Amino acid sequence: MPLGPYFVLSAILFALGLAGLFLRRNLLLILLSIEILLNSANLSLIAGSARWGDLTGQVFAFFGMTIAAAEVTVGLALAILLFRNANSVDTKEIELLKG
Amino acid sequence: MEAFLFYPFAFLAILGAGGVVFLRKPVRALLALVLTMFSLAVLFFLLQAPFVAMVHIVVYAGAVLVLFLFVIMLLGIGARESRLGENARKGFLGLAFFVPSAFLILLLYLFSPLTREPLQPVPGSPESFGKFLFTRYLLPFELISFLLLIGVFAAVALASSRTLFEEPESPERI
Repeated sequence: MPLGPYFVLSAILFALGLAGLFLRRNLLLILLSIEILLNSANLSLIAGSARWGDLTGQVFAFFGMTIAAAEVTVGLALAILLFRNANSVDTKEIELLKG
Repeated sequence: MEAFLFYPFAFLAILGAGGVVFLRKPVRALLALVLTMFSLAVLFFLLQAPFVAMVHIVVYAGAVLVLFLFVIMLLGIGARESRLGENARKGFLGLAFFVPSAFLILLLYLFSPLTREPLQPVPGSPESFGKFLFTRYLLPFELISFLLLIGVFAAVALASSRTLFEEPESPERI
């Protein structure tokens, strides 16, 4: 099994995550799309680790997971706070920072 | 054998990611992401990374997605997601990303010799992974734990504060 299909799968997942980031209006689903992006990066890291016979890629995928967990805690806290104050998580209705 | 397992699970991963983008109800999109996570864990197993695969299942399917499910159900926004069509004006943005990236992937796949080289996986068993992590990457590991601690502080501070958009106390403004 060569490296190519793994990288192609990772790129497809990244493109789908970007599409979700742009198309979705629900704040929580935007966070889920970010999870897809992080996971496609993890897949390419682990595939690279298998290609070069080095565990570093796996270690960095592990670090990526922990960073994703930290990001999720802060993102979900922000989403709850936003819902409590603006009564919505729709990015069309939350436009305080719109120029 | 490896290709026999790779292509079905790659297809399932893409299916789940497509579900996250296109399913209308948030809970269903979340469950589609669970599908993606499990297929990715299988692919990690194929790449001889069993420890990372198990951590992936525990952290994502076990913790992160359940947390998302809690929040979605807590906020009661399960039935609130609007159609994608209302947001289709931005669809051209997705297209503008998708077409060049598909072209680049095709170029990479057709012309790069890297993509055809065989894999030589190094087994990431818990023992070898742990030894590697706690010798060469000990400092980043400790810094990551610090980052998680700060994340917990931030979540508590944000969730315990009542108001986000505070009105100023004094009536006179400049």
